[in-house]
Amino acid sequence: MIRFEGVTKKYGDGSGGESIAVNNFSLEAPTGRITVLVGPSGCGKTTTLRMVNRMIDPTSGVITIDDRNTADLPLAELRRGIGYVIQHAGLFPHRTVLDNVTTVPRLLGTDKKTARLRAMELIERVGLDPDLAKRYPAQLSGGQQQRVGVARALAADPPVMLMDEPFSAVDPVVREQLQNEFLRLQSELGKTILFVTHDIDEAVKLGDQVAVLRVGGTLAQLATPAQLLADPVDDFVAGFVGRDRGYRALQFAEAPELELTNEPTVTIGTSASEVRAVGQPWVLCVGDDGEPMGWVRAGAVSGEVTRDLLQRGGTVASTAGSLRALLDAALSSPSGRGVVADADGRFAGTIRASEVVPVIEARQQSVAEREDAAASALQGEATPA
Amino acid sequence: MTWALDHLDQIFTLAGQHAWLAGLPLLIGLVISVPLGWLATRKAWLRTGLLTVTGLLYTIPSLALFILLPPLLGTKVLDPANVIIAMSIYTIALLTRTVADGLSAVDTSTRQAAVAMGYSTFGRFRAVDLPLAIPVVAAGLRVAAVSNVSIVSVASLIGISQLGYFLTDGYARSFPTEVWVGIVACLLLALVFDLVIQLLARVLTPWTRVAA
Repeated sequence: MIRFEGVTKKYGDGSGGESIAVNNFSLEAPTGRITVLVGPSGCGKTTTLRMVNRMIDPTSGVITIDDRNTADLPLAELRRGIGYVIQHAGLFPHRTVLDNVTTVPRLLGTDKKTARLRAMELIERVGLDPDLAKRYPAQLSGGQQQRVGVARALAADPPVMLMDEPFSAVDPVVREQLQNEFLRLQSELGKTILFVTHDIDEAVKLGDQVAVLRVGGTLAQLATPAQLLADPVDDFVAGFVGRDRGYRALQFAEAPELELTNEPTVTIGTSASEVRAVGQPWVLCVGDDGEPMGWVRAGAVSGEVTRDLLQRGGTVASTAGSLRALLDAALSSPSGRGVVADADGRFAGTIRASEVVPVIEARQQSVAEREDAAASALQGEATPA
Repeated sequence: MTWALDHLDQIFTLAGQHAWLAGLPLLIGLVISVPLGWLATRKAWLRTGLLTVTGLLYTIPSLALFILLPPLLGTKVLDPANVIIAMSIYTIALLTRTVADGLSAVDTSTRQAAVAMGYSTFGRFRAVDLPLAIPVVAAGLRVAAVSNVSIVSVASLIGISQLGYFLTDGYARSFPTEVWVGIVACLLLALVFDLVIQLLARVLTPWTRVAA
């Protein structure tokens, strides 16, 4: 666990005045979880992060890692025990991928052979081709460099990781891949992670808890992503969390088991007459393994169903997914019928938005009732017997 | 041409001495400039001070230095050590700034990563900053090499033998061929130095040649 207790960082402005980067900041980042620090530029999130490995020393206050005061630990020991990942990866351009990854183990005195074996494992684990191990960073794409950065940070198996906007400098598609793999990796490794970003969507996606900081370095709200979207503590947080909160919050609501509507399906090559025989303006096309491929407008088919005719705009929800995915599948489907697939990706049935909305309303109702119950229970305790 | 062929032995002997007088100071200067350049990156006032002083050294006329050094060092006037020391001073004058620039040119995120991974100050300098500064330092070294080859020839005025002898002797005898031989030999020697430094830098920095 990383704990901040009343941490303040002031900078002199050179003329006797001072500016406050982080102001009386207290926070606990629980062991094995991802805590995200998010806020606009100037909110002191990076300063806060860098005070943990003492790249910046706090003006006052205490930071502990597993109840050991970081100020009492020798610098090298402290830093070698903390994985650090930054925006542009910061790889050593003069070292091969393999030698980049072995850096911290070598500093800690691990022999070269052992360090390299472990590094090769990690290189594969972060999703890199082992052939890249001999390359230099300049030969890798931004996304690959960032993976090497993560592997390097993990090399000495540190319990704590600091990540400063690690996925901000790559394009959106690669970013999403990296985020998903990061979550997969974390589910296997269970590191204590402090993660800085300016992107609220990333914060909500990755964080077990999210700390929203405001300019001047104060904590505006600490909450789970679902709480943050459902109940921003003030206008600043509400504004920062942004639009579509109601909709986005649904991603944290697991879809209950719903009655799905079965749907006649066609495949590539089905003849026009068979498609029209279904008797619907839009017909779902599935692949060889039963995976949904897209909708076909019956009127557009002449001859047989071809790939060109597929309308792929509809998203596919999973039976194990969220209410958001279900609703989005329904809203994005040209037929108005949202496509749902089972865990193996096979078509399971369709659902309409009008069927999802009652589930959402029922859920709101039950949340309100639960909170009322909790509130009255608290009141009961507070009232002297 | 015939004169040059007749005097090949002498040309090679003097070129060897010239190479020695210009080359050894390159090594000495490099060894001294690296720590000086590193110091210059530590604090702004150190940078200003060191770079001003070392820069000024280059403005001392070489002849003056060759004449002033013996009484200062207690060496004999004809001792080649005077030339070696003088040339080392010029090398330091040229290289300290280059080393400082090379060391400070290391990418911020690379440097931050090195700090965060727990390198000591010296460890980071040795393992990260210095290797990454090699291309810049090599460029400075090439300038210093050419400059040294050229300045060393002045030492023939105080009787230290090297290729500059052809210039003074040719001038004294009004024999332009000899002067030309001296000039060409100096050029060739400078070219050899340049090639050797480039080759060394190439071997030491395999990462700069990979396709991005």
